[in-house]
Amino acid sequence: MNIKPIIEALLFAARKPLSPKELRAVFTGGGDEKPDPALAGYKRVKEAEIAGAIEELKVDYINDDRSFMVAEVAGGFQIVSKPDFGPWLKRLLNVDRPQRLSPSALETLAIIAYRQPITRNEMEAVRGVNVDGVLRTLLERGLVKITGRSGLPGKPIQYGTTQAFLEHFGLRDLEDLPAIEELRRLEAKKQQAVPPPAPAAEPPAPPTPLPSGGNP
Amino acid sequence: MVENDYKVRLEIFEGPLDLLLYLIKKTEVDIYDIPIEKVTKQYLEYLQLMRMLNLDIAGEFLVMAATLMLIKSRMLLPAEERAEQQARDETEEEEPRWALIRQLVEYKKFKDVAAHLGKRELMQEQVFPRHGGGEIETGSAELPLGDISIFDLINAFNETLKRAARRENLREIFEETFSVSDKLEEILWTLSEKGAVRFHDLFAHAASRGEIVATFLALLELIRLKQIRARQRVHFGEIEIVKAAA
Repeated sequence: MNIKPIIEALLFAARKPLSPKELRAVFTGGGDEKPDPALAGYKRVKEAEIAGAIEELKVDYINDDRSFMVAEVAGGFQIVSKPDFGPWLKRLLNVDRPQRLSPSALETLAIIAYRQPITRNEMEAVRGVNVDGVLRTLLERGLVKITGRSGLPGKPIQYGTTQAFLEHFGLRDLEDLPAIEELRRLEAKKQQAVPPPAPAAEPPAPPTPLPSGGNP
Repeated sequence: MVENDYKVRLEIFEGPLDLLLYLIKKTEVDIYDIPIEKVTKQYLEYLQLMRMLNLDIAGEFLVMAATLMLIKSRMLLPAEERAEQQARDETEEEEPRWALIRQLVEYKKFKDVAAHLGKRELMQEQVFPRHGGGEIETGSAELPLGDISIFDLINAFNETLKRAARRENLREIFEETFSVSDKLEEILWTLSEKGAVRFHDLFAHAASRGEIVATFLALLELIRLKQIRARQRVHFGEIEIVKAAA
C-alpha cells in the first residue's frame, strides 16, 4: 500500500501536529510482541518519502476543493479546517470571544521571538517601556518560557518562545516570521557598535545660525 | 478642530517610542530627518494633555521628554560648538539624536512584526484542528494548588519562619532587600534546572525573614499563574514544588 493514505489516517486521528519524525516512528517503531503483519514492509520508510506524501496530500485537498487542509504548524503537520468555515465552527464549538493578545503583548512577543534568548532589560530597551506585566501574561498563557540565565552580571533570566507560540499564530517555525534575517542582523550590527547609518542624513543645517548681535 | 485633534491624539500609545512614531507619521517626515523642534513641541503638548486628563504618565514618557529636549538644545548650539560636542560624543557615547533614531527604527520594525502577528492571530482563530481547538484541556484549572490546600502551604511557611527565627540570632544581619519578582524568577529557574524542589529547600539559604516572605509570596504568585504546582505525597508530608505541565 502507498504510504499516503496511511499518513492521511494518522494525521486525521492525531490530536496534535505530527512531525515527519514522529510519523516515521510509527512506521519503523517496533517492540510489539507480535507485530501486526500489515506493519511489516514499511520498516524502511524514509522521512523524505513521508514529506513527499504529505505534499501530495496537500495538493489533493486543494484540487478536490476540500473544506480542510494540511497545515504546517510548529514543526508538524495537522489537518485543520479552512479559515472560510470559521464562523460556523465557532458557533458549533461555542467559541465566541477569543482572548486576543493586546498590542503591547504582541510587541513584546515579537521582540522575544526574534531576539531569544532575551532578558527583561533587553526587551525594555527595545520597547522603551516596562514589560513586567506583559511578560507575566505571556508566561501565563504559555507563549513564553524561561530558557536559561544570561552570563551578564546578576545572571538575569532569559526568555524564549514556546511551541504554543508557534501554534497560536500558525507558524511553521521561527524562520516563518517575516524578515527574520534582517531583524537579527540589526542586532548583530548593534553589538559590533557600528557607527550610525550615514552622516549624509545629518540635519539639514540649522535654520540660519543665529547671527550674533543681529538686533539693529 | 481642536476637539478633533484631541480625539486623534488620545489613541492609546504603547510607550514613548510609540507616541513619537505616531507624531513622526503625522507630520509626514522621514524617520531619519525628524524635525526635532516640532516633534518635541507636540510631544510635550501630548504629555500636557495627559496631565490635564489626570492620566497616569509613566516615567518612561518623562525620560523621553528629557531626551528630546537634550537633543533640541544641542541643535541650537552654534555650528562649531556642535561639531566639538559631536567629537566628544563619538569618544564617549553615541550622539543622542542617532541613538534615538536607531531605537525608533528598530522599534518600528518590531511594531510591524507585531501587526503581522496580530493578523495571523485573527486568521488562526478561524482555523480549527480536529479536536476543536484545544478546548479539551480542563481539569487542572479548578485545582490550581494541585493536591494540597493553601492552608498546608501557610502551615509549612509558618514552620519555615520559626526555624529561621532560631537561626537568625546566630547570624550577622545583612542589609539586603529581596523583591518578589526576583524570587519569582529564582524559583522558576531552580525548577527549570531540577524539575522539582522540596518546599523547605526553597528557603534553605534564606538569610532573613524578609527573604522568606518574599520567596513565599513569589511561590503563591506562581501557583496563581499556574506556572508551578505544589503537591504532597502523604498527608502532612513534605510539600514538593513542581513545574506545571506546559
